[in-house]
Amino acid sequence: MSRLDVRDLLIDVPGRSSGRALNFSLLPGQVWGVLGPNGAGKTTLLHTLAGLRAPRGGEVLLDEQPLERLNRRQIAQRLGLVFQERQDGFPATVLETALIGRHPFLPAWQMEGAADLLAAEQALARLDVAHLSARLVSTLSGGERQRVAIATVLTQAPALWLADEPTNHLDLHHQVAVLELLAAQASAGRAVFMCLHDLNLAARWCDQILLLYPDGEACWGPVASMLQPAALERLYGQRLLTSEIDGSPVFIPAR
Amino acid sequence: MHAAETATDRRRAGPLRSLGWLLGLLTLVALGAMTLSVSVGSSALSLVDVLATLSGQGSELQRTLIFELRLPRTLSAFATGGLLAVAGALMQVLLRNPLADPYVLGLSGGAATGALLAMLAGLGGVLVSGSAFAGAFLATLLVFGLAHGSGSWTPSRLLLTGVVVASGWGAIITLMLAVSPAERLPGMLYWLMGDLSYARTPWPALGLLLGVSLLLLPLGRSLNVLARGPLQAAALGVAVRPLEWSIYLIASLLTALAVTSAGSIGFVGLVVPHMLRLLLGNDQRLILPACALSGGILLVLADTLARTLIAPEQLPVGVITALLGVPTFLYLLHRSR
Repeated sequence: MSRLDVRDLLIDVPGRSSGRALNFSLLPGQVWGVLGPNGAGKTTLLHTLAGLRAPRGGEVLLDEQPLERLNRRQIAQRLGLVFQERQDGFPATVLETALIGRHPFLPAWQMEGAADLLAAEQALARLDVAHLSARLVSTLSGGERQRVAIATVLTQAPALWLADEPTNHLDLHHQVAVLELLAAQASAGRAVFMCLHDLNLAARWCDQILLLYPDGEACWGPVASMLQPAALERLYGQRLLTSEIDGSPVFIPAR
Repeated sequence: MHAAETATDRRRAGPLRSLGWLLGLLTLVALGAMTLSVSVGSSALSLVDVLATLSGQGSELQRTLIFELRLPRTLSAFATGGLLAVAGALMQVLLRNPLADPYVLGLSGGAATGALLAMLAGLGGVLVSGSAFAGAFLATLLVFGLAHGSGSWTPSRLLLTGVVVASGWGAIITLMLAVSPAERLPGMLYWLMGDLSYARTPWPALGLLLGVSLLLLPLGRSLNVLARGPLQAAALGVAVRPLEWSIYLIASLLTALAVTSAGSIGFVGLVVPHMLRLLLGNDQRLILPACALSGGILLVLADTLARTLIAPEQLPVGVITALLGVPTFLYLLHRSR
């Protein structure tokens, strides 16, 4: 099990003053949701936490070691990232794509073995895309690609999941299936940190929330204290209607 | 689609075994092509003669013909083709663009400019080669320096810089041809179209080809991940920047040596990797060694044709690679839909 500690972190969003320094810990078992309008810096935050982008200030500790003192491979053995936009590289099949999730664990000379193949196939089956194994990723629909991307991280099986809008492009059923999968990862002792646009999904599946305002202001805490209509209306600049169904708050944009 | 499925099936059967089979098969084809190339020529030798001479028998004349004339040239052709194909495959992974190759990126243009300058100055032999090598490295530095510029280093920017720099070299080459004395023109033109009769000892090129192929084997999986895009690769544990720089340097070195030994031979670096990807899928651990062998085979065959089609005259080998490669490539591309 791993943990991620964020100390006085200022993310580097170009053309914006630094805003509030972030201080929180991503602990085993937790599911964090990051909410904020477009351009608030959610993706930048996620990439900074993964060490793909240097912060303007402060540091990120992975199991008490600063990220910049770890090499990419050591980070990738513990931390996985579901990207928001797919970078289309060379054509590859679905199975090949999922299989690269094993890359951080294999020595340079070693080929993928039966166990790696099994892990990839199980991950694809878990995401409902096993029947597409031999297809080229470029021929899939947006939602199918999204599930292949999540299956790749599931093959990687990191202790820390960073996910940038994991429900993007997914139909209603698969949105729920993916969030159930992430929740199951957390209850197995891993930790999940994801950006979401859907308040209602965040309300149902997250236990910690971080609100990221466009001016760099931020606040974070347990879901019940964070999902307050007034704070959310200020966050999005949008009036909301609130109700409660099934024990969770439900937010609907007002016309 | 079809190619992708067979690649997956092969992977299920165990990638190591398929790698062994494929490389074994290609090695056999390569040996066959080289034997053919050594047998054919102004005085044809039978297969028996060739094998006898290679195993230490044969007449004085046959030994001279084979060991001093044909074999070095055949080995040079093989090494040059292999170097060009591997360089092309590496550039394509680096830029994640199937159009990238040493030509498009202006490396060969730089080498050609260097070589022609030396010829124009009346230099010959090693100095032409050295000048070509310097030109290739100057081109590398120029393209990467300009594309790197203020930090952002995207494939499209690199490709665009390479294309523009390449057309700059093209203009300089045309200018040099226009002002050169007529008696130097044939040599220069042959060099531009690729000509293995300039090749001297094949050993540096062969050694580099073997060394780089071995060096790239453990990097193969990292290259596969890099082909998914740099951010994804970094997230999966690849040290992207050092890997990209090494690939570019290796590809430049390969191109420089290839161009130095055989002039500028187009098409091999672009088409061989692409054909292999259509046939085998895109696992670099398979593609890179296969490129080394197939590029070599293609150029050995092309050079054999170039020497014999209108013997005793020779054709530039670059013309043959293009004439052979274009229809094959178009057929494969068409069939792959």
